Amino acid sequence: MQTANLLPLVLVIAVVAYALAYTRSRSVAEPLGGIRNLKALPFYYAARAALWCAIPALILLGAWAAFEGKVIQNMVVSSLPAEVAPQSPGEASLIVSQISNVAEGKLDPTRVPEAVLGAADLLQNLRAESSNFKTTLVILIAVLGSAFAWTRVQPHINARENVERTLRWLFFACAAVAILTTVGIVLSVIFETVRFFGKVPITEFLFGTSWSPQTALRADQVGSDGAFGMIPLFTGTLLISAIALLVAVPVGLMSAIYLSEYASKRGRAIIKPLLEMLAGVPTVVYGFFAALTVAPFIAGVADMIGLNASVQSALAAGLVMGVMIIPFVSSLSDDVINAVPQNLRDGSLALGATQAETMKNVIFPAALPGIMGGIMLAASRAIGETMIVVMAAGLAANLTANPLDSVTTVTVQIVTLLTGDQEFDSAKTLAAFALGMMLFIVTLILNIIALHVVRKYREQYD
Amino acid sequence: MNTMNPTVTSETGAGVVEDKVAPVKEERPAEAELEEGVTVGTPYSDDPKFKLRNVEVFYGESRAIKNISLDIARNEVIAFIGPSGCGKSTFLRCLNRMNDSIDICKVKGSLQLDDNDIYDPSRDVVELRARVGMVFQKPNPFPKSIYDNVAYGPRIHGLANRKSDLDDIVENSLRKAGLWNEVKDRLDATATGMSGGQQQRLCIARTIAVSPEVVLMDEPCSALDPIATAKVEELIAELSESYTIVIVTHSMQQAARVSHRTAYFHLGHLVEVNETNKVFTSPEHNMTESYITGRFG
Repeated sequence: MQTANLLPLVLVIAVVAYALAYTRSRSVAEPLGGIRNLKALPFYYAARAALWCAIPALILLGAWAAFEGKVIQNMVVSSLPAEVAPQSPGEASLIVSQISNVAEGKLDPTRVPEAVLGAADLLQNLRAESSNFKTTLVILIAVLGSAFAWTRVQPHINARENVERTLRWLFFACAAVAILTTVGIVLSVIFETVRFFGKVPITEFLFGTSWSPQTALRADQVGSDGAFGMIPLFTGTLLISAIALLVAVPVGLMSAIYLSEYASKRGRAIIKPLLEMLAGVPTVVYGFFAALTVAPFIAGVADMIGLNASVQSALAAGLVMGVMIIPFVSSLSDDVINAVPQNLRDGSLALGATQAETMKNVIFPAALPGIMGGIMLAASRAIGETMIVVMAAGLAANLTANPLDSVTTVTVQIVTLLTGDQEFDSAKTLAAFALGMMLFIVTLILNIIALHVVRKYREQYD
Repeated sequence: MNTMNPTVTSETGAGVVEDKVAPVKEERPAEAELEEGVTVGTPYSDDPKFKLRNVEVFYGESRAIKNISLDIARNEVIAFIGPSGCGKSTFLRCLNRMNDSIDICKVKGSLQLDDNDIYDPSRDVVELRARVGMVFQKPNPFPKSIYDNVAYGPRIHGLANRKSDLDDIVENSLRKAGLWNEVKDRLDATATGMSGGQQQRLCIARTIAVSPEVVLMDEPCSALDPIATAKVEELIAELSESYTIVIVTHSMQQAARVSHRTAYFHLGHLVEVNETNKVFTSPEHNMTESYITGRFG
């Protein structure tokens, strides 16, 4: 049976187990004089039965799905006769795909060697066997789990504790998924980065001021020597992010103050969702807005006052990005400002402070950690933003602080390095991982700085 | 105590009805017994700090204060008592317009501080609140240092030109609040780390640092233990020499201990105002009597 069918089946068994355990706990309680003589409510006995039925079965199902392919593949490959047995990993993957294509009928069987045909038969058999075996095992475990839970429906056994403990592990597992994913990403990036530094010296990458990631396909190619200096990319990123934050932080903060302190309840209920809609606009839409409307406008204005502006400019990308991240600042700040207790406001107002003085002296310091959180979120968004920059700021890696020049950012370069046909062990593609690593480190440092700022200046209430 | 309160006359309120009402036996007197705008006792004064006439407060549609007229005399301590929800806090918050921040709250009638209308649209609320300070039910020190808490008001109003002036104001206020000896070595510590009673006295110090003429206190001791309460009450007695104090309290003993006059509120009506001694020994209105003898409330 397919996993897709097995999954609902397990759930059905779990529901049946739930119902059976529920009925049984009631009937066990009957002669004792009601459910209050049980150690736990019937719901807990039933929930425990469902959990014990579903969780082991699902774990088995997951493990099977994860390892089935690899195991079968190894068995098939090792069954191949010596003359067609693969010599290198490349050959192995070729032959495996050949075998599975034959097995699935995508490849004409007459055009492959005898040995592959045999292997394809074997593959099909193994797959069928595995599927049957899996189905039997999963159902068996689900039923066994339910049966065990059913026998444990006894008045002196506290099912509530079992359920609580299981749930705690479940919650922990969910939290662990997020952490493990991050760790996995970081590790994979680190390995590739180390490989990159084997090809390009780390000092050149860190301190080089020129970025032109070409690698030679042939030894005699023209312009084949690439330059991998990350400085122009990071200055570009910082320039655009700084412009974006210069727009988003004041505007966002002040709109948050307006929303929380001055706007009427009705006004707030209308304005806040509208502001939040800004964050919901796809970035590609912002991108063409920036590229087709803002950038030419800026170039025109700069021309008028005698400045030389490029058609794609950091300023255009930064301004539009700033508008995009306003809601990150305003919405979060509004929430934390609202969370500052009313009695602090009253205390300040009763001393004759105006609303603005109260805001500046009392509310703002108390809300600082949350506001900083909003700003950091906005900053990460700005640093990571790619689409607007590609469209409005260009691809040229200029080392400049002039916002009217076209610049490029780290994320944009990662995209261009990894799109299209690539060989995955050239310095060019590996550079993307090194850039990702640096980006990760930079945002980490920014977060640490923000944390320290908050710790220094916040005024903690209650 | 009453000698300190020479300005209250024994003139009775407009349209005060019978002194003696037939004793009522029921536990909870109905509102129907109360005649609107009628207050028994001595609600008026010759030398009023506050002159409040026909005050009505609305929360949206509902009328929380029903046609109350009252004078608050200069340098007196007047206590507002009454069951929960009777409007005493609402009425108190009219005196420095703290109700302004509640959108649906509307105040009608004439409220004058030293013959100037409090609710005049052109009135500067900042100046009003600098003159009429307020201490709240729950101690609400700012999450700043003790020094900054007391210096907050003076800084806003520019009361000190030099740092040394500000230091003096802070020290004097803390001394008046009886807190100086406890905190003089840790003025830089955060105020939120103090005990509840200290926090409340700090809030009082913070209020008097602005040199107000009136201090409003909204159940200032309800969150404090008996020892802290005693300290705050002592403080009120000292402050009464230089300030007009209006105190809302749930504790009748407290009203009896600290106030010159006591006003009894019931369901938005001001039922009786009299010298505190009289209210607690021989109240004129039967409902006041019921309340102070604990028959309801």
